[in-house]
Amino acid sequence: MAVLTDLTVAQIRDGFRAGDFSAREMAEAFNANVAAAKALNAFIVETPEHALAAADQADKDRAAGSLKPLSGVPIGMKDLFCTQGVQTTAASHMLEGFKPTYESFVSQKLWDAGAGMLGKLNLDQFAMGSSNETSYFGNVISPWRRNDGGNAALAPGGSSGGSSAAIAARLCPAATGTDTGGSIRQPAAFTGITGIKPTYGRCSRWGVVAFASSLDQAGPMARDVRDCAIMLENMAGFDPRDATSLDLPVPQWEAGLSGDLKGKKVGIPKEYRVDGMPADIEALWNRGMAWLKDAGAEIVEVSLPHTRYALPTYYIIAPAEASSNLARYDGVRYGLRDLPDGANLQDMYAATRAAGFGPEVKRRIIIGTYVLSAGYYDAYFTQACKVRALIARDFEEAFKRCDVLLTPTAPSAAFALGEKQADPLAMYLNDVFTVPASLAGLPAMSVPAGLSGEGLPLGLQIIGPALDEQAVLNAGLAIEERAGFTARAEKWW
Amino acid sequence: MDWRADASAPSMSVDLTTVKKIAGLARIAVGEAEAEALVPELNGILHWVEQLGEVDVVGVEPMTAVIPNTLRLRDDVVTDGNVRDKVLANAPQAEHGFFAVPKVIE
Repeated sequence: MAVLTDLTVAQIRDGFRAGDFSAREMAEAFNANVAAAKALNAFIVETPEHALAAADQADKDRAAGSLKPLSGVPIGMKDLFCTQGVQTTAASHMLEGFKPTYESFVSQKLWDAGAGMLGKLNLDQFAMGSSNETSYFGNVISPWRRNDGGNAALAPGGSSGGSSAAIAARLCPAATGTDTGGSIRQPAAFTGITGIKPTYGRCSRWGVVAFASSLDQAGPMARDVRDCAIMLENMAGFDPRDATSLDLPVPQWEAGLSGDLKGKKVGIPKEYRVDGMPADIEALWNRGMAWLKDAGAEIVEVSLPHTRYALPTYYIIAPAEASSNLARYDGVRYGLRDLPDGANLQDMYAATRAAGFGPEVKRRIIIGTYVLSAGYYDAYFTQACKVRALIARDFEEAFKRCDVLLTPTAPSAAFALGEKQADPLAMYLNDVFTVPASLAGLPAMSVPAGLSGEGLPLGLQIIGPALDEQAVLNAGLAIEERAGFTARAEKWW
Repeated sequence: MDWRADASAPSMSVDLTTVKKIAGLARIAVGEAEAEALVPELNGILHWVEQLGEVDVVGVEPMTAVIPNTLRLRDDVVTDGNVRDKVLANAPQAEHGFFAVPKVIE
């Protein structure tokens, strides 16, 4: 039999049902991988007892003939989801030691579906970052290394870098992620795994530590498209406690999977052909077009004229919303309190927030405060909200001519830790291909499609119209079936 | 397309006094060196986002809903509450069933 931890979510689910192994054996195998992978720093908290308790319940349910959709499947939980009684930090000093007294909607849905929790996964602090270098609990190290014989520690992407590293290293078969400007898709691309950000509103934000509420959206990360469909079915759904939750039935995405794209049109946005795109990214994009043609689709060129304004729009709206959301960390109700001798209440606020937030979080709060301040609000924030409307309109126009869009996920393969730390703008540019779909609230996924010259994974991104996750998953599947991506990081940790 | 197109419009730039004022509004204590380091960083980012000024937005309404969605109404009834201990469970300082803070009025 194959190594248990090499199995996908679908294989675990089906093998467990067939009696090939017990849920306890599976949980123990993953717990052991987690415990042996400290060098990756993918987990902030490990919860082997949670995984075992869910497994024992799954074994009982199997004996009783009352199996659930994810019975026997242990997963990782990004440490942005509140988990009752288990420390939830958003990778910040501010929330170190915070143990929620409630469970997030998404995590509760997964536990109700029978899944178990292996631990809370590291991330960029408050999900602000593209490399996992802003975590208070240290960098996550990608399991991947370049094929140049060097041992440079590479970024697993961000902000869901603990999730991506853990899946790529077989510490969990799937994990939750959240995506504000690319935080599921870019780390998936960097580590050779698959991840989908669904339509804004599919997954409730209730109990997810807020970054930028009009952009934040949870989604699954896993090793293949089918696993993403399975996970998403068990994460999505209406929740009256989130005002932007979509009151719609959850489609049966797994049952609807088909890599046959006959009659479908795939749009190639010409504005994504940026100057200086590395040759291997361009070649990968061309191969992606050929694969989708082979699956029966027609390739059409489309235009998204406001693409170049997406990143600046994002870097006004996201910090503005963050400055408002993060005002809650005041040292009064939860989290850190820093009370210097003789300090009054105002001093306490300022000292607490100075001590509790990392440099990138402070930078974004201060930018957000500036663009919302009197005299600048219209010039920056209102203008950005108008440009955002134009970006969304570009997509609407494009989807009159095609069913999905195909683009690279990121402008490069994974970079080395420290390489882009000095210049915030250089880091922000990593999200050039993922941010537009976030601004428009559209479903988008990254699938692994090849290796760079340095032997590192590269991803292709599929973007679909609002609510059509099925079209995104199906085009992703068509690529997956043809890319034959089987490369994995050689174990060194 | 150039990823780092410069804004053609003249830049509104921030100085040390403005950075300190904004940090004060954000209730974040910043030291002198930290504030000085933030000045060029913020100017770099602000100069970059100012390229939005060149976009023609005449007649465009600012986006208010990402996915068109009607706001729901619910019955005006109590659906939550009686969880004082849970609410206070993570408070840095809770006394007699309340959040405690430093003295506000002398």
